[in-house]
Amino acid sequence: MARSRFRTDRGLSLRMGGVSLGLGALYLLFAAVLYQTPLGAVGFVVVLAMAWGQWYFSDSLALKSMRAQVVEPHQAPELHAMIDRLCALADMPKPRVAIAVTDMPNAFATGRTPNHSAVCVTTGIMQRLDADELEGVLAHELSHVANRDVTVMTVASSIGLLAGFITRYGMYFGGMFSGGRDRNNNSNGGPAFIVVFLVSLVVYAVSFVLIRGLSRYRELSADRSGAYMTGRPSKLSSALVKISGDMSRIPNSDLRESQAMSAFFFAPAISRESIGALFSTHPPLQQRLDQLAKVSAELSEQG
Amino acid sequence: MGFLDGILGRSKPPEADLDVLFSVPQAVISLQLEGFMPSGSGSVCFRDVEGQADDAVMADAEKIITSSTGSTVSRSDDRFGFHWLTVTRADADVSGLTADLHAVNSSLTDAGFGTSLLCSTFAFTTPAGKPFGLVYLYKRGTFYPFAPDGGERRDNALELQVRGVIAGDVPVEPDLAKWLAIWGAPGLA
Repeated sequence: MARSRFRTDRGLSLRMGGVSLGLGALYLLFAAVLYQTPLGAVGFVVVLAMAWGQWYFSDSLALKSMRAQVVEPHQAPELHAMIDRLCALADMPKPRVAIAVTDMPNAFATGRTPNHSAVCVTTGIMQRLDADELEGVLAHELSHVANRDVTVMTVASSIGLLAGFITRYGMYFGGMFSGGRDRNNNSNGGPAFIVVFLVSLVVYAVSFVLIRGLSRYRELSADRSGAYMTGRPSKLSSALVKISGDMSRIPNSDLRESQAMSAFFFAPAISRESIGALFSTHPPLQQRLDQLAKVSAELSEQG
Repeated sequence: MGFLDGILGRSKPPEADLDVLFSVPQAVISLQLEGFMPSGSGSVCFRDVEGQADDAVMADAEKIITSSTGSTVSRSDDRFGFHWLTVTRADADVSGLTADLHAVNSSLTDAGFGTSLLCSTFAFTTPAGKPFGLVYLYKRGTFYPFAPDGGERRDNALELQVRGVIAGDVPVEPDLAKWLAIWGAPGLA
């Protein structure tokens, strides 16, 4: 009887499901409030279009913002051969492969579907990691593609985008709120606007925490799937340790440039201690290492 | 992968398809008619998993094969971290070889390493005397021809010609992008 060594982490699935439900509920609540005002509808359409564009063009946008070059097999034969084999093991379409020339050791995956995806590594990461470690990182990125993380995170973060949009620019369009559902009655304009403004503020804050939580869970599950894909969780661990140690030594200018991209990075590009665990896009190193150690133990169980 | 698995980020590596391998002897007959000679050796290529569990399974499988008559087994590793277990039969009997390779596959699958299987190869000699491999992709359940042509070059014309020869016998991988080169594979160099 064939058995699989792959184990789902029930706790992780539960937590991720919980966060998704929370975000879903927040969406409904926010939509119900916005439905009451014309600005809400306008903002909804604008933000939806923005999010859709970001999602649809995610691969080319991300590659461009990192100034990454797509490389052909003859330009980077080793990298391509590695990805070829991983894709054959995981039976997934091969993503485009790109290299970004920067000393920051990192990698990211992007793209709206597995068929329109790209995996990018920086020259910094290729210099610092040996072949096995780099392969662990690539497997982690390919798991992001397989898990459709760009789609999930775009859907999840649209609500924050919308709430942020209203809190920031709602003031300028304040007049539009004055009508409410009934344009002849001007008396409830002020209160309606304040309600929408306050709700947006709360939604923004809550969604921010939830989205960050979701992002951390997606990282953990990408670590997990990646480790099962290569069969070598310890190589991914050592890559993580190497890179996390290096991250804090990177000059700050580089960090600020790539802040917007941080959610899709392999290791967070921002490594300030002051940002609480609740607000970070990546789980703490120790948690990732603990999980990988568990996978390693499961893989080497005999009998 | 289902919708829920997507939401919960639970993509798991696919299991290997083992049964398609038994259609190889049919394809070998067709290839022999075209002048390809089976060399009697075939390999299983799988991902090295850290820890000793997979090595123990391999040692057992090796024992099973060598206990039957006329088969020798050798192991090698490649630079991508994959193990190659090569079975050679002196009598070049393809059905026996297929059974031997299946024994390796099923021991690995039974131990939970089915997801680590990458490909399996059957070695031939072309009418021109060059090495030629019929490669089986476990995860897709399909075959493709691989004709190394000295150095890191492949004889694509020959490969496409063979595709027509074996198309009626075994499922051939329709996506040419999946026809992975396996330079330096045992028996094919």
